[in-house]
Amino acid sequence: MNQEVLEKNLTVVEEDICIRENLVYERPSTLIDIEMHYCPGCGHSTVHKILMEVVQELGIQNDTIGVAPVGCSVFAYHYLDVDMQQAAHGRACAVATGIKRVLPDKYVFTYQGDGDLAAIGTGETIHAANRGENILVIFINNGIYGMTSGQMAPTTIPGMVTTTSPYGRDVEVQGHPLKIGELLALLPGVCYITRQAVNSAANVRKCKKAIKNAFEYQKRKLGFSMVEIVSNCPSNWKMAPVESNKYVENTMIPYYPLGDIKVPEVK
Amino acid sequence: MGEKKLMKGNEALAEAMIRAGCDAYFGYPITPQSEVLEYLSREATKRTGMVLIQAESEVAAINMIYGAAGCGKRVMTTSSSPGISLMQEGLSYIASAELPCLLANVNRGGPGLGTIQPAQGDYFQSVKGGGHGDYHLLVLAPYSVQETVDFVKLGFELAEKYRTPVMILSDGAIGQMMEKVELFPQIERVPDRGFPWQTSGKPINGERRYITSLHIQPEKMEEINRRLQAKYKKMQEEEVRFQSMQIDDAEYILTAFGLVSRICMKTVQLGRAKGIKLGMIRPQTLFPFPIKQFAEIAPKVKGILDVEMNAGQMVEDVRLAVEGKTRVEFYGRMGGVIPSPEEVLQHFEQTFL
Ligand SMILES: Cc1ncc(C[n+]2csc(CCOP(=O)(O)OP(=O)(O)O)c2C)c(N)n1
Ligand code: SF4
Ligand SMILES: [Mg+2]
Repeated sequence: MNQEVLEKNLTVVEEDICIRENLVYERPSTLIDIEMHYCPGCGHSTVHKILMEVVQELGIQNDTIGVAPVGCSVFAYHYLDVDMQQAAHGRACAVATGIKRVLPDKYVFTYQGDGDLAAIGTGETIHAANRGENILVIFINNGIYGMTSGQMAPTTIPGMVTTTSPYGRDVEVQGHPLKIGELLALLPGVCYITRQAVNSAANVRKCKKAIKNAFEYQKRKLGFSMVEIVSNCPSNWKMAPVESNKYVENTMIPYYPLGDIKVPEVK
Repeated sequence: MGEKKLMKGNEALAEAMIRAGCDAYFGYPITPQSEVLEYLSREATKRTGMVLIQAESEVAAINMIYGAAGCGKRVMTTSSSPGISLMQEGLSYIASAELPCLLANVNRGGPGLGTIQPAQGDYFQSVKGGGHGDYHLLVLAPYSVQETVDFVKLGFELAEKYRTPVMILSDGAIGQMMEKVELFPQIERVPDRGFPWQTSGKPINGERRYITSLHIQPEKMEEINRRLQAKYKKMQEEEVRFQSMQIDDAEYILTAFGLVSRICMKTVQLGRAKGIKLGMIRPQTLFPFPIKQFAEIAPKVKGILDVEMNAGQMVEDVRLAVEGKTRVEFYGRMGGVIPSPEEVLQHFEQTFL
């Protein structure tokens, strides 16, 4: 094809399909249009997107305050177009408590990794849940410390290789993975605990619905909600993105079964 | 004229907090300051509707402070030495993110679990930053129940003026003693202070705000550091507070902060009665430290005796300030022991005369 024909074809193609009526997907306006620092295929970016879709759909952008503690998603405030606070490692639930108590009519969420929420911040998590803080916790369970490049997390499953469990997690030595969702579900202050994933299109849709539910419960002041998302870390799992999603499906989800763990009594 | 009452230091502190229009308090019990949380639990919410949470730890409390301060609210916490140690990471974040808040450290004896008796061993962890990185708290050191009350009001004002954490450093004796106080009238709580940086929901026609202490570009982090240092320099120029007593003709200066300055006041009297020309300087702000005032007096006197209830902490700042222009000696008691005026005088005489 010579240059002229090529340009003509391209023009034709552009004219034919690149029009608004044909759009099947748009990035939510609540997600800032800049390149993300997440590794290719990382679940963090997918969760950011659906979280912000929900914020947009509920029309709560101006009434939402997010908390991003230390972990790979500490820079979430660069992407999420809502007021945000960066928190110290593990302290997101305490920071969110401070915010929610002084601004009870705002929507408050935290966005925490497993090391953050279930190791260094276990105390803050349990007590915020037990006080029934009316907040939403987005909990990214990727079974590893992503940001610090691949150490064992409290959620690392038995046998899983990390840089600090190079022979696979040995529960005799390193203890058992912490199923914090099930643990929190026991507390009366907790209204909603669900475990979701974003490794397939179907799961992404379900996960988004769960996040939406949680915001609706918060609006109704029902108490503490947590959406746990079984996610991946292709870089530190040393897998290609597709392979890592298969690992989520075949290895992580059997250990961390998806679905609601606790739902509000009065729906 | 404000209302006059006979009050215990910690209760007066709590009362002042309510009257200062504080929006939220987050704290964890520890002797010798638990009365603060107890008093607030009885009084605060019903009177002003302020938020009050007994946190699960000092770590949680200081991070609740971070969250609420970040929303532009007037917030405070109190603790005592071991609890302050636990708050240091959070304070470093608060200083870096430039959030205004007030805390009180009712100092007890250490190290370790130590003793619940009054001490001043927290000068270093209060005045020198305490947590990681280059930062300071603005530190106010009251010597009476009255000054504790006054510093609550002043502390909030300075915190907001400089967007910085402010600490009232008192001790177990000031917290526990009863004195007459004049209370300032109730200041109404402000529903929305409207700080441009506060995260209270993205403005409809404005940019979203975010509060952070993370700047991974070294140049950016250096810029933040420079901003903090410029702020501390301005405090040094404008916020130094101190009191002096009989320094005009003094040949020797006693210096002390907080509780010990009361003892030294008596020592000055005892000394003067014996014909020894003693004077006293009492720093009210420990950071910023009255560097200039010490530098000025140093060449005019024969020596300075710094007295503290620790192993010698503020004395380092006194020595730096006088730059060798006069002799600086130290006398201290530790572990919760309070020196007597006579004991201080005796030590002074042995050292200098
Ligand atoms: C007090 C403190 N201790 C340790 C660290 C180092 N650190 C940063 S992120 C992190 C773990 C992050 O893992 P996770 O919470 O699972 O988030 P992910 O990166 O996997 O999303 C650690 C240990 C820190 N920043 N602060
Ligand atoms: S290190 Fe892992 S969790 Fe972090 S961005 Fe990369 S893939 Fe995602
Ligand atoms: Mg993780």
